[in-house]
Amino acid sequence: MSASYAVELVSVTKRFGEVVAVRDMTLRIPDGEFFSLLGPSGCGKTTTLRMIGGFEMPSRGEIFIGGEPQGYRPPYQRPVNTVFQSYALFPHMTVYENVAFGLEMRGVSREDIRRRVAEALDMVRLAGMERRRPSQLSGGQQQRVALARALINRPKVLLLDEPLGALDLKLRKAMQLELKQLQHRVGITFVYVTHDQEEALTMSDRIAVMNHGLVLQVGTAEEIYEHPNCRFVADFIGETNFLHGTIAGRRQGALEVTLDVGGTVLAQAGQDIGRGQPVTLAVRPERVRLSPGLPGGEVNALSGTVEDVVYTGVATTYWVALGQGERLMVRQQNEQIGAGPVAERGEKVTVSWPVDAASVFAQASEAQAQAAPEAGA
Amino acid sequence: MSSSPSAPEAKQRPPHRDLRGALRAHLGGMLLSSHAVLLYIFLYLPIVVLVVFSFNDSRFLAKWGGATFRWYGELAGDTQVAYALWNSLFIAVLSTFISTVIGTLAAMAMERYRFHGQLAMDALLYLPIIIPDIAMAIMLLIWFNLSGVGFTPWKVELFGLRLAVPYSVIIGHVSFNISFVAIVVRARLADMDRALEEAAQDLYANSWQTFRRVLLPMMMPGIVAGALLAFTLSMDDFVITFFTSGAGFNTLTVYVFGLVKKGVTPKINAISTLMVVFSLALVGLARLLQKGGEGAPVDVDLF
Ligand SMILES: Nc1ncnc2c1ncn2[C@@H]1O[C@H](COP(=O)(O)OP(=O)(O)OP(=O)(O)O)[C@@H](O)[C@H]1O
Ligand SMILES: [Mg+2]
Repeated sequence: MSASYAVELVSVTKRFGEVVAVRDMTLRIPDGEFFSLLGPSGCGKTTTLRMIGGFEMPSRGEIFIGGEPQGYRPPYQRPVNTVFQSYALFPHMTVYENVAFGLEMRGVSREDIRRRVAEALDMVRLAGMERRRPSQLSGGQQQRVALARALINRPKVLLLDEPLGALDLKLRKAMQLELKQLQHRVGITFVYVTHDQEEALTMSDRIAVMNHGLVLQVGTAEEIYEHPNCRFVADFIGETNFLHGTIAGRRQGALEVTLDVGGTVLAQAGQDIGRGQPVTLAVRPERVRLSPGLPGGEVNALSGTVEDVVYTGVATTYWVALGQGERLMVRQQNEQIGAGPVAERGEKVTVSWPVDAASVFAQASEAQAQAAPEAGA
Repeated sequence: MSSSPSAPEAKQRPPHRDLRGALRAHLGGMLLSSHAVLLYIFLYLPIVVLVVFSFNDSRFLAKWGGATFRWYGELAGDTQVAYALWNSLFIAVLSTFISTVIGTLAAMAMERYRFHGQLAMDALLYLPIIIPDIAMAIMLLIWFNLSGVGFTPWKVELFGLRLAVPYSVIIGHVSFNISFVAIVVRARLADMDRALEEAAQDLYANSWQTFRRVLLPMMMPGIVAGALLAFTLSMDDFVITFFTSGAGFNTLTVYVFGLVKKGVTPKINAISTLMVVFSLALVGLARLLQKGGEGAPVDVDLF
């Protein structure tokens, strides 16, 4: 167990009766990292966080904080603090009393408490609000009190469970930036739970994508977005086109895929997939190029018919029918005013993408990934 | 295309409809307000009569003989009334204290812990509220006889008065008050976000500190409301006191009952008036305290 990890989970499983909320999870979070747990509702994010905080005990496996095994330690003996989704500010105490609570419980002297509370409130720009009650603050201010109340204790790790969930979009965006900067300044490891992929991509150093209690992929925002390792991750993060096909062979160090809609394309070989295997191909809509007319023999070019054109401000989205009910979403940046769409509805067009823009997943492994939650024990 | 772009609907309606509608609305309003007036008369007229006749300068109830404070004066000098009053207060204070402690603990056990037989306890907790007072009184009476507690008195001297309060009465009052306290406190607890206790633990408070600094202060408005309710119920109780006290022991209610047997006099009105005023004051105090729980509004609305 290297002490350079702020948090380490080793084969942690959590069951609630029949429900397996977290399954055989192994994670290593280095000191000072902004780490996010991302996944759909019910995938076990909160449960993971609560196990680190000591509010739930793992059914199996071990959790280390700063290299120390936590065993059955209660929350008040762990060097972590939590920002709860509901903030959980004490309504019968003032802002000052709320923020001072942790230091008081640890027997810090009155003088030190006064100084550190002032610092903490300064840090979250709430100086002058000491005498107020939580009910007299706005949502964003309550959020900051919750942050100050946790950070004042200088924990090894700060746990945040969807802390921005209750804020409106604009405030949310502002707070995302503020949180990120704050984390940078204090240098404390953040473990951040969210089901909002954009939020995770914006803020995190690394992200763990979860589904059904399993960690599917861990990586930086770019790794996860550009090189998803399974269909679920490709689908959950951003928008993706899926095309079905079969491996035809290898060419120029790339996989050659014969698509069900006809035509052959090349794709990066992430994993080794044998010839004849059914696969799913994932392509991001903004990586696809659209040009009028029929393909002229370039690689990864297919022909189709424009079904729909939607102008969305920053970009224009084209829906291109490839035949056999498969449609491709293509997004082109609107770089010039009044340029108009590249193609009209009903027009014959060519769609193409670079070889490294497509990821290939074996359909069998996909089935495995989906079956795993039921199979593992 | 339709040539009449939707004109205001009302203009096209036959006029008599509007009239009828207005009439109906008017009538409805009248009925409602007269209903309210009748209701208030029904509820409060007897109390008004009681209060007015407590100032009646006549030995006879039904005859008005001018206003006087005579009956209140008589009360003040009556040692029997004094004994009854102190007995009542002694029982109320003691049973309120005991039932508030036990009732609060019961509420916490029901709301914050899981244990075997919890469902059964849940049902049992409501029982003293549901079953008739008289049944409860007889049950207690039998129990005190069988167990040998009997009507053994607790002898204390208060303000120069020698009281002898049977333990059985105090125990009887505790047994019905626990339920009321538990229900009021529990309602308060159920409204409390559990994350608050987790937050306290997260901020290094152990179980005792969490209770002392977070749970207890937040429950306090509920506890106070429950205690005031228990106090009022104890002061107002007649049936259970009567059955569990044995002969010759008076609380205010038992004393009034004894007087009534000899005939209703304005003196009884005076005692009753004082009891009504006292109960109202307590309820008012409870409301005030609940409102005072600033930042932590109480939703317990019993009164
Ligand atoms: N105390 C509990 N008892 C029983 N089942 C639970 C308990 N807590 C969580 N679960 C179950 O565990 C699974 C994971 O729950 P968890 O709260 O960790 O999800 P989540 O990823 O945080 O979801 P969300 O985004 O909706 O908050 C769910 O199926 C949930 O029903
Ligand atoms: Mg959650």
